[in-house]
Amino acid sequence: MAVPNQSAASATPVSSGAPKKGFYAWLDKRLPVSEFIESQLTGYFAPKNFNFWYFFGFIALVVLVLQLVTGIFLTMFYKPGEATSFDSVQFIMREIDFGWLIRYMHSTGASAFFVVVYLHMFRAFLYGSYKAPRELLWLVGMLVYLALMAEAFMGYVLPWGNMSFWGAQVIVNIFGTIPVIGPGLVEWIRGDYAIADATVNRFFALHVVAIPLILLALVGLHLIALRRTGSNNPDGIEIKAKVGPNGHPLDGIPFHPYYTVKDTVGICAFLVIFAIIVFYAPTFGGLFLESANFEPANPVSTPPDITPVWYFTPFYAILRAMPDQRLGTLAMLLAIVAFFFLPWLDRSPVRSIRYKGWISKVALAVFVVSFVGLGFMGMRPPEGLYVVIGRIFTGLYFLFWILMPFYSRWDSVKPVPERVVYHAH
Amino acid sequence: MLIEIGRTGKLMRMLGSCTLALLLIGGSVWAADEAPAQKEQASKAEASSAEPTDWESWKAGTTVSNTASLQRGARNFAQYCMGCHSLKYVRWSRVGTDLNIPASELQELIPAGDTPASYVSTPMPSQDAENWFGKAPPDLSLMAAERGKDYIYRLFKTFYVDPTKPTGTNNLQLPNIAMPNILSSLEGLKKAVYKSVPGADGKSEPEFDHFEQIAPGSMTEAQYDAFVRDTVNFLDYASEPTQMQRHALGIWVVLFLLVLTWLAWLLKQEYWKDVH
Repeated sequence: MAVPNQSAASATPVSSGAPKKGFYAWLDKRLPVSEFIESQLTGYFAPKNFNFWYFFGFIALVVLVLQLVTGIFLTMFYKPGEATSFDSVQFIMREIDFGWLIRYMHSTGASAFFVVVYLHMFRAFLYGSYKAPRELLWLVGMLVYLALMAEAFMGYVLPWGNMSFWGAQVIVNIFGTIPVIGPGLVEWIRGDYAIADATVNRFFALHVVAIPLILLALVGLHLIALRRTGSNNPDGIEIKAKVGPNGHPLDGIPFHPYYTVKDTVGICAFLVIFAIIVFYAPTFGGLFLESANFEPANPVSTPPDITPVWYFTPFYAILRAMPDQRLGTLAMLLAIVAFFFLPWLDRSPVRSIRYKGWISKVALAVFVVSFVGLGFMGMRPPEGLYVVIGRIFTGLYFLFWILMPFYSRWDSVKPVPERVVYHAH
Repeated sequence: MLIEIGRTGKLMRMLGSCTLALLLIGGSVWAADEAPAQKEQASKAEASSAEPTDWESWKAGTTVSNTASLQRGARNFAQYCMGCHSLKYVRWSRVGTDLNIPASELQELIPAGDTPASYVSTPMPSQDAENWFGKAPPDLSLMAAERGKDYIYRLFKTFYVDPTKPTGTNNLQLPNIAMPNILSSLEGLKKAVYKSVPGADGKSEPEFDHFEQIAPGSMTEAQYDAFVRDTVNFLDYASEPTQMQRHALGIWVVLFLLVLTWLAWLLKQEYWKDVH
C-alpha cells in the first residue's frame, strides 16, 4: 500500500532502503536502475494539485509510442512509390489480418496526437507553464510541435491519394514563395520537377526514420528539461519554495505511485474515446481521412477543394487570409514563430490564469476562439464571407500576440496564495 | 475557474456518461438504420409523380449488416455493372466468405476463366472503353468511400432522357455523365420536368422540378428502388470489406477499456486517499 506521505516526516521514496538481492542486485551494480527509479519516479516530487489539463503530456507520450509501434507494422507492408503506394495501403486495409486496425490506429493516432498536443499547449497558456524558469522547456516543446507537423505532413502524402498529392503540391509550393532560393528549394524538396515517385520515396524515408529520431530526441530533451525545473501547477506556484523538514516540497507528492496511477486513468479514458473513433468513425466524417483521398493520386484531376487535414487549417486560413501569396506565407510563418516568443511576450507577474485579471482571460478566450475559428475557415473554400471572417480572426490572432507585452503588464492581478489550492477527495 | 475541471471523480463520471451516451446513440442509430430505409423507400415511390423532387436530400439508408441485401447487391453487380466496371481490390472468395454465399452460387457470379481467388475484374478492355465512352469506366472498389453511398444512390435515381446527349440520357447527380443509363430496362425512361424561376439577371431560368415516367421498365418503382439500394449497399461493403469485422470487434474493445478505466480509477482513489 502507498506510503502516507504528503505532509512532513513520512515522504520517503517508496523503493529506497529495500535490500537488493539476486538478479536485481546484479543488474543494479551494472546499470543505475534503482538510482534512476528513485531520482525520476519515486523520489521525483510533483505538485499534488494537478487537474484535468495535466493528463495530456503523458497521453501525448503514449500516442507517440502508439504511432511508432503501429508505424513499424505498417512499414512491413507499405510500398513507397508512385505505382505501389496506393495499392499497398488497400492491401493492408483488405488482405492483411487486422491491417485495417493497425492502419486506422495510425491514422486516428495522427489526429489524436494533435488534439492532445493542442490541449497540452493550451494548459501551458492557462497556467503560464512557459514562464521562467521553464522557457527552454517551452521552446523544446515547440520544436516537438514543429517536428510533429513535418512528420504528419509527410505521413499524409504516403497513401498517395489524390488529396495526398494535391496537399503536397500546395504545401511544397509554399516554399516556392521564398525570394531567390524558392524555386530551387522546391525542386530540391520534391527531388523532381513535380510531386512524383522521388517525392513519395524521400518523404517515406523522412517519415519513418529521420523525423521520428528527431522527435524522440526532442521529447527526451523536453522531459529532461521538465525534470530539471519540475512541473508547474494550476496555481503557478513553485512548490520547491516550501520545503518540509525532510527536504521534500510540502505540496509535492512522489510521481510514482501517485501520478503513475492517476495517469493510468487518463490513458484508459483516452483509449476509450480513441477506440470508439477507430472502430466506429475512423474517417471522422472526412476530418481524419478525407474522402478525396480514396481516389489515387491524379496529377490531371484536382479535387474540388484542396484543404489540408484539420490540424493545419488554422495556419492555412492565415495563409489564405492575405491578399498576396508571399505576404500570406510570411503571415503563416509569423503565426507559428509567435509561439516561440511566448515566454518573453507575457510580462505578467503571475503565472496562472487563476490570479490574472479579466483582460488576460478575455485575451486568451479571444485567442482560442480565433484559432479554432481559423481552423474552420481553413476547411471552407476561400470565397465570400469566409474570407472576411478569416481575416477578422487573423487580425484577432495577431493582436493577441502583439498586445500581450502590454496587457499582461497592465492587467490587475489577484494575490497568489502561499501554498497550492488542493481539495482532497 | 470556468475552464477547469478540478476533480478527477467528476471527470470520471462525465467521461463515463459521455461514453455511455455515445454508445447508446451509436447503437440506436445503427439498429435503426434499417427501419428508415424501408420507410424512405415508400416515400420515394410517391416522390417521382407530380410532387416537386428534392433529390439532393435522398439518402441511401443502407447498412452492411443486412447480409441478404449485400447478397442481392453482389448479384446485381455481377449482372449489370461488371461488364464495364471492376472491383480490382476485391477477391471473389472474400465476397463469398463475407456475404455467406455458398461456393456453388458464388461460382455462378464469377466470370468464366476466373477463380474464387481472382480479383473482380471486367472483361472490357479499358482502351476500347475509352474509345467508346470517351472515358474508361472507373474501378468501383472505393467509389462508396470516395463519393459516399448517397451519391451513388442519387446517381442511379436521377437518370433522365436527354436527346442532346450521345447516350440519349443525362443525370442530375453527375451532369453530362459519360455512362449510358444501363438500368433503363429495369427503371423505364424518365423525363425531367423543369419550372422557370427568376435568375440572377432578372430573366427566368429553368430549374428541375420533378420526373415524369414516360416508358415503363420491367420493375415497379419500389422494386427498382430496392434494386439500387442493394447495389449501393454492396459497393459500400466493397469499399471496406473489413467494416463488419470492425463494428463487431469494436464493442468488446470499448467495453474492456471501460472496465479497465473503472478499475484504474478505483486504484487511483485507493492511492490518493493518503494525499490531503
